[in-house]
Amino acid sequence: MRKAILGKKLGMSQIFTEDGLMVPVTVVKAGPCVVTQVKTKEKDGYQAVQVGFEDIRSSLVNKPLKGHFDKGNVPYKRYLRELKLENAEEYTVGSELKADIFEAGDKIDVTGRSKGKGFAGVIKRWNQHRGPMSHGSKYHRSPGSLGATTSPGRVFKSKRLPGRMGNDRVTVSNLEVVKVDAERNLLLIKGAIPGSKGTLLTIKETVKK
Amino acid sequence: MNIIKTIEKEQLKENVPQFSVGDTERVYVKVVEGSRERLQAFEGTVIQKKGGGISEIFTVRRISYGIGVERTFPLHSPRIDRVEVVRKGKVRRAKLFYLRDRVGKSARIKEKQTNR
Repeated sequence: MRKAILGKKLGMSQIFTEDGLMVPVTVVKAGPCVVTQVKTKEKDGYQAVQVGFEDIRSSLVNKPLKGHFDKGNVPYKRYLRELKLENAEEYTVGSELKADIFEAGDKIDVTGRSKGKGFAGVIKRWNQHRGPMSHGSKYHRSPGSLGATTSPGRVFKSKRLPGRMGNDRVTVSNLEVVKVDAERNLLLIKGAIPGSKGTLLTIKETVKK
Repeated sequence: MNIIKTIEKEQLKENVPQFSVGDTERVYVKVVEGSRERLQAFEGTVIQKKGGGISEIFTVRRISYGIGVERTFPLHSPRIDRVEVVRKGKVRRAKLFYLRDRVGKSARIKEKQTNR
């Protein structure tokens, strides 16, 4: 991975391509990110770049973080994330990452946190089918059998049951960048992206070549 | 202003053709044949308009060789060159889907008289 940036989901829209096709796009505010720390193999054991995204006022930063920001003399940022870039040594603390590192036609992976669905049953959570709702049936939306009896005498691990759904880290891979607006730091990405509006996203060069 | 609204606004056509449901009109569509681009006209009755902003679409219905043909166009599509209104129609519905069940005389629409 040589290119990555942090961004924020703004919402979805549609745009026309040059040959008149309508394309569904997600609008992402990508950057400007500032490099807050460069991790090296000698010092930290691995290569990475720590970047900050979105300015905040100083009263929102606690003292330890303030020290971290002041050390590199960079502005205070709301989000700090590490990007494991192969070319991490090419970056210096304080340098900026903007949306124009990508260009139209690039394939990217986008990681975000999906919308939380709360405590969901097996039909919604695992796409199971329901039983008959009438004709004397008492088996409506329940999970059904959990397994055999004496042997094995227990419920197998990872048995699909109701529980908390959503609010997971989700990566959607191989999405296409339709348009880059360098002036406003916007990426228009074809298709849907996990999470609600305002979700923090990591946008990376795709691993699928 | 909202960024998404701004992006959509940039793509809207400045001179949007003015027409309403029930009008007979000729839509000039850009067609690419090999490397050449030419205009193709599609004439018929507007049976519906829906959506707003960038996603506004309209449907045109015509009878071609005895078979009903409907085409739906995005109003702001760059493929649409221009729209000519041939005849204004007088209708009392927003959607003219009842025309699909009718042929011949009963599928006609009265012309709208203006400046009376």
